[in-house]
Amino acid sequence: MAQRNRNRRMSRRHFAEHLMGAAAMAVPAIAFTNSLTANAATLKKNERSAILLWMSGGPATIDIWDLKPNSVNGGPFQPINTSGEGQISEHMPETAKLMKHLSIVRSMSTREADHNRGRYYMHTGYVPNPTIEHPSYGSVVAHELGPLRESLDIPPFVSIGGGSAGPGFLGMTYAPFVVNSNGRIQDLDMGIEPQRAANRLELLDSLEERFIKQDRGIAASEHAKVLKKTQALMTSKQMDAFKVEQETSQMRERYGNSNFGRGCLMARRLVEAGVPFVEVDFGGWDTHSNNFDTLQNNRLPQLDQGMSALVADLAERGMLENTAIVWMGEFGRTPNINGNTGRDHWARSWSVVAGGAGFQGGKVIGKTNEDGTAVETDPYTSEDLMATTLAALGISLDSRFTSRSGRPMKIANGGRVIKGLLQQA
Amino acid sequence: MRFSPTRDLTCTAHKTTASPAGIVLLLLAGCILSTAVLAETPSGKASRSRATSSQRSRYRSEKVLPQVTAINRYIREAWEEEGIEPSEAATDGEWCRRLFLDVIGRIPSVDELDRFVGDRSPDKRSRLVDELLGEKYLDEYTRNATTLWTNLLIGRSGGTERRSLTNRAGMQQYLRESLKANKPYDRLAYELLSAKGNNKPGEPGFNGAVNFLTMKLAEDAVLATSRTSEIFLGIRVQCTQCHDHPFNNWKQDQFWKMNSFFRQAVALRRFGGGRDIQNVELDNQDFGGEGTTPEEAEIYFEPRDRILTVAYPEFTDVDGTVHQIERSGYIDEVDRRTEFAKLVIKSGYLPQAMVNRTWSHFMGYGFSKPVNDMGPHNPASHPELLERLASDFKESGFDIKELIRWIVLSEPYALSSRFGEANRRDDPTLGETPMFSRFYLRQMRAEELYESLLVATDAHKTRGTPEKEEEAKQRWLRQFVIAFGTDENDETTTFDGTIPQTLMMFNGDLVKRATSTDKGSFLYRIATDDRIRATQKIDYLYRAALARSPTAKEHRLMKKVLGKRPGETTAIRDVWWVLLNTNEFILNH
Repeated sequence: MAQRNRNRRMSRRHFAEHLMGAAAMAVPAIAFTNSLTANAATLKKNERSAILLWMSGGPATIDIWDLKPNSVNGGPFQPINTSGEGQISEHMPETAKLMKHLSIVRSMSTREADHNRGRYYMHTGYVPNPTIEHPSYGSVVAHELGPLRESLDIPPFVSIGGGSAGPGFLGMTYAPFVVNSNGRIQDLDMGIEPQRAANRLELLDSLEERFIKQDRGIAASEHAKVLKKTQALMTSKQMDAFKVEQETSQMRERYGNSNFGRGCLMARRLVEAGVPFVEVDFGGWDTHSNNFDTLQNNRLPQLDQGMSALVADLAERGMLENTAIVWMGEFGRTPNINGNTGRDHWARSWSVVAGGAGFQGGKVIGKTNEDGTAVETDPYTSEDLMATTLAALGISLDSRFTSRSGRPMKIANGGRVIKGLLQQA
Repeated sequence: MRFSPTRDLTCTAHKTTASPAGIVLLLLAGCILSTAVLAETPSGKASRSRATSSQRSRYRSEKVLPQVTAINRYIREAWEEEGIEPSEAATDGEWCRRLFLDVIGRIPSVDELDRFVGDRSPDKRSRLVDELLGEKYLDEYTRNATTLWTNLLIGRSGGTERRSLTNRAGMQQYLRESLKANKPYDRLAYELLSAKGNNKPGEPGFNGAVNFLTMKLAEDAVLATSRTSEIFLGIRVQCTQCHDHPFNNWKQDQFWKMNSFFRQAVALRRFGGGRDIQNVELDNQDFGGEGTTPEEAEIYFEPRDRILTVAYPEFTDVDGTVHQIERSGYIDEVDRRTEFAKLVIKSGYLPQAMVNRTWSHFMGYGFSKPVNDMGPHNPASHPELLERLASDFKESGFDIKELIRWIVLSEPYALSSRFGEANRRDDPTLGETPMFSRFYLRQMRAEELYESLLVATDAHKTRGTPEKEEEAKQRWLRQFVIAFGTDENDETTTFDGTIPQTLMMFNGDLVKRATSTDKGSFLYRIATDDRIRATQKIDYLYRAALARSPTAKEHRLMKKVLGKRPGETTAIRDVWWVLLNTNEFILNH
């Protein structure tokens, strides 16, 4: 008989048997929804937002947050004092003044040093798997906090500059709304009278319904869902939040005249408007060659200006206690400097930064050895960072999702809270 | 038992006899048999089928290709093993629309659709396939295939990067010529891997094929190694750059041994006196090696345990055979890239990777997922079929159009996208292995949308030159591309069913043009033609967008919209706008 290979290892039944903890199996079906209990936690969630500063390419954290001036791996940069516990790069002077609001985790140790895999892993807390698409940070937060903000027309997950990961099994409703940093949303206006537009949309709705009823697959109904969201968006005044040009020129100059600076400013506006998750993409960190020149003269000045402006601005407006900020990339870079004065991909020991809502500020968590090649304290993973961030936002780590095939999945892949990073920890 | 015309035919065709007369007799018997069955068996559930039985396929090929038979057999055996039954057959309209999209990258015009659906001849399907793969549609086939290959080889953003070493027009020119001539696939692969010359059209020594590699040689040609591997061998080796592959049996040294083949290749930039790169010359030069002996030009890599290891050019085929070449780095002794190209096109990887990718294009999923990550860690869902098709593809002389023909004339490709009663489990969106017992929904690509809107509004009849059209199209397409700018040359698209795409479809320029009622436009002509009744106009619009006629209920709905004055321009425009924005339009079903 034909020998085929059905992916038996991944069949639903089989997988369920391997779920971590029998507890997951024992919990009745009703707990497998993300039901929101009305209590203080809900109120806290309702106010909080998160901004993810995504450094695409894998930033050389050994030159930014965890310098090794006494090692041959140290390179030319020198550390400077900050308003927090640790020292950071001399090329981040403005951010150094604000480190009392931010903490550095120097003991990240992950295993994915490939851009694609690294991006997926750091965004979802899961390693890529061919049978399932996991939701990214933004989609998870949008899913948890979005429904609490019923009057929000703007999509709950905005990605400025793209490059994020998708909603996976949570569906298109929680997909990132990608805009670029100039804030111009294309094609918002149908250009016809509202009544006529309404008639069109009603007609469209009935045709969509028909096709969906023909039971051809989920793409049909996902399309309809996105249509509804788009309609809400088109008519909303809230869309002004994207218009960075409405800020004073001083404010815009403060953040810097760069895509990243503008992106940070837009993020602040969006959070003000109630968007629970904004991701700001900043690329160009893949410094296999010319690492120091690129960092000193190009990346770090922009990062320093944008990041410090954002933190300071949020603090001044009293928003920092409700806005979590996370800074990370796919991985770090090699302590060893290569023949092209560059650093290559390195996931074994690297740093991330977190601050704002729920997070402790000014701390240094964990440490690496003298030459930066290994983590000496408890190593932390993407799941751990994700769990900590979600906890900082008031989201329960006991929440579970149900993937479309019925598989229950823990919200941050079972990650644990990073010790010392949360405020009540 | 569910009726399926092909099932009856296949059984009869299988029993081939030596004599042609015998075959004719058998086929005749089969014809009579299946016609008889047709007359008696109801076609599908009444409550479901909107199409009348005359719209359903009554086709029967005169000659059934043995590969089609093989596909049908292996796929059906797998259904039986899994205890699932296929969905019903797709309607003629659905099949026609699907075929046009998958082969030439656009939906059929109303004329094309009507001609096919109205055709009563038993071999109409194989004839339409022959047409789309033949002279009549050669330019369109070529344009679509060129787009697909360009995106695969250099990405949608290839050539648009800052300081790009890729000349997109040059890449496309090479591909266009090759695909137009239906160049055998192994020849195509060989040329892309071994090409030398200038990357810009018009320059002396121009060879468009070089554009595959010109931008992948930086940093020790790591990208050239991994992309070549993914595309031509169907194996993902990126992570073996740094360590043994965690899942398959690829080892880190194998990556670097393959990488060694690329070390003589250089991309020489030519500046026109300014700071911008004018063009790039791809050539092979002496490679001294990373040690001191160019006669044995080695490279070094650092495995996890940190003992520097040496690597020489070596290629391991899918069956484990190891091929080595001379180690010299001197170009007049050994041209490494050419030797590598020769090994690749003779390898067992080549045909199976291409079959997997092509199958995936038409059927929605490959035999292994992802398409370019084949191997024991990711076993094929239908290994015998994959092997058979790979072998036949090679035997055919790597004829790409032949391979397409086998797939699109198969039974699984002719199935409806609707779930049947007994194949609910066949849902790859839930992570299940695809069994191909139904057609899997997928969204049109941005390029397909563009071309489809052109043809739906008859705008394709007044196109400019191919170059100007291509330029306009590229400009429109660029809004959806996000390039990551990493050393992996990765990109993603926002044309993925999200809000910005919907905004574009609702309010964007392209749809505004497609729904224009300016004098001379498509809608204007229909709206103002008083010879046609309102119902006929609606019917026409439906066929133009959705390749079917409206149902009675839809007719009533639309007539209400058109109000008391049938053909009123605004109303027609609204109907057309709605049709273009439905899930049914944008989804290949």
